[in-house]
Amino acid sequence: MLEIRKDYFANERDDNLNVIGKGIQRQDMPGHVTGRSRYFDDHAFEGLLHLKVVRSPHHHARIRSVDVGEAERAPGVKRILRAADVPVNKNTLLSLINFGKDDEPTLAVDKVHYKGEPVVAVIAESEAAAMAARKLVRIDYEVLPAVFDVEEALKPGAPIVNETYPNNYFEYHEKFDHQKLRFGDTEKAFAAADLVIEERYQTSPIEHAPTETNGSIAAPEQDNRFVVHSCAQGLFFSLGTSAKILNIESNRLHFIGGTVGGGFGGKVDSLTEPLAILGAMLTGRPVRYVLDREEEMLYGSPRGAERVYVKDGVMRDGRIIARHVRSYFDAGAYTRLSSYAAIKCTAHLPGPYWIPNVSSDIYVSYTNRCPSTAMRGFGITAADFALEVQMDKLAHAVNMDPMEFRILNAYRDGDMKAHRRVAKNTALIECVQVAAEKARWPISESARRQSSLEGGGQRERGQIPATPIDQRGQIGRPETRSGPVTQTLPAGTMRIPLTKQPELEGSRDARPVAPNVPRYEPARPMTQPVVQAPAPLAPMPSAAPPPQPGVEPPAPPAPGVQPQHGAMRFSSVFGTRRR
Amino acid sequence: MARHKGRGMAAINYPIGMNLGGDPSQALIHSNPDGKFTVALSAIDLGQGMKQVTRQVAAETLGVPVEDVYVDTADSDTGPHDMGSFASRGTHRMGNAVIAAAREARGVLLEAAAEELEVNAADLVTDGRGNIHVRGAPSRSITVRATAQAAQFRQGKTIAGRGIFLIPLSAVDPETGEMNPNTAFAHACLVADVEVDDETGEVTVLGMTSAYELGRALNPRMVEQQLVGGAWMGQSHVLFETPEPYYPNPDHGPRDFNEYLMPGPGDIAPYSASVLERPAPDGPFGGKGPGEMCANPVLPAVANAVFNAVGVRVDELPITPEKVLRGIRANGGARPQARRGG
Repeated sequence: MLEIRKDYFANERDDNLNVIGKGIQRQDMPGHVTGRSRYFDDHAFEGLLHLKVVRSPHHHARIRSVDVGEAERAPGVKRILRAADVPVNKNTLLSLINFGKDDEPTLAVDKVHYKGEPVVAVIAESEAAAMAARKLVRIDYEVLPAVFDVEEALKPGAPIVNETYPNNYFEYHEKFDHQKLRFGDTEKAFAAADLVIEERYQTSPIEHAPTETNGSIAAPEQDNRFVVHSCAQGLFFSLGTSAKILNIESNRLHFIGGTVGGGFGGKVDSLTEPLAILGAMLTGRPVRYVLDREEEMLYGSPRGAERVYVKDGVMRDGRIIARHVRSYFDAGAYTRLSSYAAIKCTAHLPGPYWIPNVSSDIYVSYTNRCPSTAMRGFGITAADFALEVQMDKLAHAVNMDPMEFRILNAYRDGDMKAHRRVAKNTALIECVQVAAEKARWPISESARRQSSLEGGGQRERGQIPATPIDQRGQIGRPETRSGPVTQTLPAGTMRIPLTKQPELEGSRDARPVAPNVPRYEPARPMTQPVVQAPAPLAPMPSAAPPPQPGVEPPAPPAPGVQPQHGAMRFSSVFGTRRR
Repeated sequence: MARHKGRGMAAINYPIGMNLGGDPSQALIHSNPDGKFTVALSAIDLGQGMKQVTRQVAAETLGVPVEDVYVDTADSDTGPHDMGSFASRGTHRMGNAVIAAAREARGVLLEAAAEELEVNAADLVTDGRGNIHVRGAPSRSITVRATAQAAQFRQGKTIAGRGIFLIPLSAVDPETGEMNPNTAFAHACLVADVEVDDETGEVTVLGMTSAYELGRALNPRMVEQQLVGGAWMGQSHVLFETPEPYYPNPDHGPRDFNEYLMPGPGDIAPYSASVLERPAPDGPFGGKGPGEMCANPVLPAVANAVFNAVGVRVDELPITPEKVLRGIRANGGARPQARRGG
């Protein structure tokens, strides 16, 4: 049951709309409820071949030898694919937006790094023939020690999970083994707090478990192109990833999708497209590669587990004055998108509250398990679990009602967030008030009177505080988890330019601007005093402003260039810049 | 041995779109000669309703009936580039691209109508029922259909529009984490009511009550679908699911839905949601995006409700009967906490 509370924020809205705000039936609903919507697997092809992969039975092992002779001779087998058949057999998903190092093969070369890693692909006339032949592939492994715990993996002497990142952590800014957040002086505030509470939280991996498993069908066209029916959550993301791995121009691929049987983040990784297309290229026939339910469950890349340590300093009146978060993302054996999620998590801290001193260290650890990937709430879900259970504990400790405790500490319009940007368009307080009212959870009259529109940004609430920074966790220097403050940035320091507000292109509409048509505020001068930061201690390529279009001409292509894959216009924002 | 009722709550916010920006969406819109519009995209409909929300945004902006708009997605030969359906970005990013494209197409539509009516295009309005007329003079009108026919066969005009929406990529400061992560945030608060059996350790979710601030509910039925589905996913995540029940021990991988435990139809709790609308300054008609956030508050709210019921903190997910029982035993029995209304 859904009710819309039009009484809140009524003066910020024009409700005089024609189509928006109406619960109109979806254009695709009749197809869905009659089972006639066409998904990727509802496309029939004459001469369709089926692809299945042989997966590693070990968490970590060296491949001594691979013998596919018997499998090649098995009935119905058309082609076996090995690592050497993959044109560019190393990729990282975010290379398309230009960060991170290529660290993951499509088919394992000389080592397997997780149980279930694909080593060999078998293409046959039927699914049954492919599955039967799969059992005839002989792979000799030398089993290696494996590591499964995110903190054990970071200790000296731990087995190396991913040779591209030999210390088992993602390297941020080519500089640190974690992403930092520093806002105010948390250490000093902990010393001044009435109570300090530090807790450990652990979330579990979970499966996306979509009704439709991951898969695709690729077929040669008559014009030197390939049509690909895909379940991808990002059509061009998958197209670009496939073009890069296959080393072909992007316009030789014609991707069709858009009607997908559930994704939740589990269809971002292009698990099947590159091999299906490669199979079609090498056999000249349509190739279907679909994960069965067991593969989807075990190797379809889960939501990664996270371990989160939260330390809070709170006063007896309920005000939180300091929060430090240290957390570990379990990436599994390869990066996929975990590096991105850790930055998103950093931006999210300390949650929807105004806290004057906040810091965090967020690590991405590699372990010998199936690489984890995006899932609904990526980068946020585990943090919210930890933070909101912690909030409950803090409220209990200071003997406050949990709803009132949230309202007391809630962020409001004008408050400075820990990533040094001003909060606007906030509404946490109102959500708490409505939920309390609806659940008949009694809160005080004073809590009911609070508003997100009032009281924010006053005095220190709107300021960037003086902030001690440190060089802890420098890459290549062992045992640097602790270390001195190296510098204190003055109050008001900003180093990252504000993002230019987007413009709507194509607005030739002659009608006057109605309040219901979005308009963008022009970029305003910074409202905070910009203090030039002291000279950094070391080069910080990633702190440079992003290149402006037209300012930095793209490098001219080398003679006889290979296809260029990935965006060339971005500088690195957090990982290693691709060169 | 008894069943104890408990209540817990959680409050959250959620960023809309890819963190740091840099995630463009494009849209193309054109009319056929009868004034029926096609929106071409590469957005993905995962069941969340991408096709319908962009259809409504296009119809509202064009000023035509929603039945006169269909969305065609995703074919890489005809639909322009879009980053993808993830990061709660679909409605916000693609909605804005569709608005830009629809406004351009509407501009040509009104120019063509102005030429037929021999008036200034700036004086024309649409009635949302397929007619264009002079503001304040409904009798001086022309249908969208007749306008499109005139544009195609007499005037030689393309009633078409293109749109892109891009928030430029932000850098991140290595030492302070300063960045421009996102421009719009949605908010929520959720109350979970549970019952905990102190003999078996089982947790039953009795009901959930929530308030979500989503900018604007562009299609309230689809918002409801997201919130209910997300609540179920959150309930499943906090109490049932995991392929590695003794994580980081990697054993016990499930192979199918018999081995991978999730709540069944009988476990699904009654759910009641209120929606608040504080329009995002840069959202399409103020819209944000409920897609991802609606599972998040369920996890801590249920965990906090379990504590309220029996005084046990389970800080490792999922909250299995085994963990609850061990906690009760360690405490020397259930310790119900203060009641909180209801």
